[in-house]
Amino acid sequence: MSQLQHYLAIVAWGLSAAALVMGWVSADALPPAWLFVFLLLGTASLVRIAGWFSLWLDGIIAGAGVVAVLVSLPDLSPVPGYYWLALLAAWAFAWLFVERLTRAMASGLVEPGIFGFLVPLIFGVMVLVIWEAVTRGANVPSVILPPPSAIWARIAGSTSTLWADFQQTFLKAVLIGYALGCGLGFAVAILIDRSPFLKRGLLPLGNFVSALPIIGVAPIMVMWFGFDWPSKAAVVVIMTFFPMLVNTVAGLNAAGAMERDLMRTYAAGYWQTLLKLRLPAAAPFIFNALKINSTLALIGAIVAEFFGTPIVGMGFRISTEVGRMNVDMVWAEIAVAALAGSAFYGVVVLVERATTFWHPSVRSA
Amino acid sequence: MRGRSDLLPILTVLAGLLVLWYLGAIGLNGPVQNDMYRRADVVGVPFTQFVADTWNQQRPVLPTPHQVFAELWNTTALVAPTVPRSLLFHAWVTLSATLAGFVLGSGLGILLAVMIVHSEAMNRSLMPWIVASQTIPILALAPLIVVIGFNVFTGTFGVPTDPARFISKAIISAYLSFFPVTVGMVKGLRSPEDIQLDLMRTYNASAAQVFWKLRWPSALPFLFTSMKVGVAASLVGAIVGEMPTGAVSGLGARLLNGSYYGQTTQIWSALIMASILAAVLVVAVGLVERLVYVRMGARPA
Repeated sequence: MSQLQHYLAIVAWGLSAAALVMGWVSADALPPAWLFVFLLLGTASLVRIAGWFSLWLDGIIAGAGVVAVLVSLPDLSPVPGYYWLALLAAWAFAWLFVERLTRAMASGLVEPGIFGFLVPLIFGVMVLVIWEAVTRGANVPSVILPPPSAIWARIAGSTSTLWADFQQTFLKAVLIGYALGCGLGFAVAILIDRSPFLKRGLLPLGNFVSALPIIGVAPIMVMWFGFDWPSKAAVVVIMTFFPMLVNTVAGLNAAGAMERDLMRTYAAGYWQTLLKLRLPAAAPFIFNALKINSTLALIGAIVAEFFGTPIVGMGFRISTEVGRMNVDMVWAEIAVAALAGSAFYGVVVLVERATTFWHPSVRSA
Repeated sequence: MRGRSDLLPILTVLAGLLVLWYLGAIGLNGPVQNDMYRRADVVGVPFTQFVADTWNQQRPVLPTPHQVFAELWNTTALVAPTVPRSLLFHAWVTLSATLAGFVLGSGLGILLAVMIVHSEAMNRSLMPWIVASQTIPILALAPLIVVIGFNVFTGTFGVPTDPARFISKAIISAYLSFFPVTVGMVKGLRSPEDIQLDLMRTYNASAAQVFWKLRWPSALPFLFTSMKVGVAASLVGAIVGEMPTGAVSGLGARLLNGSYYGQTTQIWSALIMASILAAVLVVAVGLVERLVYVRMGARPA
């Protein structure tokens, strides 16, 4: 074990032992059963000084700790001091487990391909558990930060609202705007590609535009195209146009001089060269733009809804429910947006893998 | 940097955009202008007069460039920068929150990247989440952070309203610049090749020496690239952060007010000002980059 692991092991043991003693001394009754078991296990982890102590045992103790702090939460009111020590102990055990697991993976004792996913998963679970335990244990007002369980209950309880918002914002504004913006950027890129002069003029401008706060055109688009989804789609079109333009133009130049010469020796025309050589060579660039745009499109549509919408839509819901201090609904909407965003991105990546499987950049990944 | 030879094409494209803008103004403002003629019982207006009128409406659908720049001039050069009528005043409100957030976000991002590079456990725990966070619309959190942050700061900590607004906006800005800087910096700190790291080992260099003499210098190009992305994101964060709070100052508030009262010229001038700010910020990062390279003894490219 490394030095950090020694310290973590000592801290984890000390916290469990201290919590156990505190629970024994201060409370009239013993701590709730799960918590008691976890603290006993944690204190028993001292046997590691005898030598061998499997890293999986640390994992089991951490898991018991997570279950214990969650299950015993409703029984403890007000929350006693030893509960917080137990929470810290559970965290320390999880950290120790992750440290030992990654060390074992690095030295080849544990197969990273099978257990690699565990590490980020443990981090995510610990964040949720600490969030839940702190917000409920310390009675944080739900106006400031609702516990994850309340957010989940809100998601489960208002699926129809969330679905309507998702339909309005994602299925209408985002997808239509995304298709139009990317298609337009692609078409303009093909057109200006024939003129080196225009290309030299547009590329620096297109690059510069990516730094601008384009989102600010939202109020103008709302004025021009009305409150409903077309104005949001218009914002999305403007936001996705330039990344697509710049990347496609750069991609069309990616085919090497040798390959182009080869096409010439085949007596291939402009369109043949474009379709058989230059567009395939540009595919990684185009997919890069599609990936950037998948996030930009969602941001554009949501923020544009802050400027006025019919009474439906994710951005509308976020801004109004914030105003009404229904923070759990806001978090529910953000969870849906996050899910939609990563799913959208994931779909683009899958399409890229399926269509450009031959490209070195995909094959090596 | 682009060569001077690109100047002519760029100017041509800009001129083309300007022409399109004026033509668009005729098309978009024309119907309203015709309405105005009808109400005033004016008939037989010559086309040149019609065009000139569409370019100089009081509340145009699409204000023309000269109207926007007149508004910009009136609200920057002709009023003191300390009064709320001045656009510079609003720009400063936004810029200060942007800068505070950007410095905070980049600092935290660099710190986290250093920890990720040096700890395999943190790398495996955090990197998947940081990469995934690039695909979610973080900006959607802006209203939440601004409103809740504002209430917490004013209510719980008793901070006066203006600093509370400033802090909440800076938090969003920090949050938005944090992720690109972290990702770029992790990439940068890992950019030294094995052979270079091996060389440091043969010199018996300590971990700190490897960091300061090899990893940090080779990470700088990545740092500045991601900082350019980050500073632009910070500005967007500050502007969006000014929208849902009932804030009365800042470029975001100007945009929102303009849209409430149909003041298109005000919206456009705020938009141009925001673009100028973005350009200045990105160029400033670029200048710092060049200064740092010169100090490090890099040959000017």
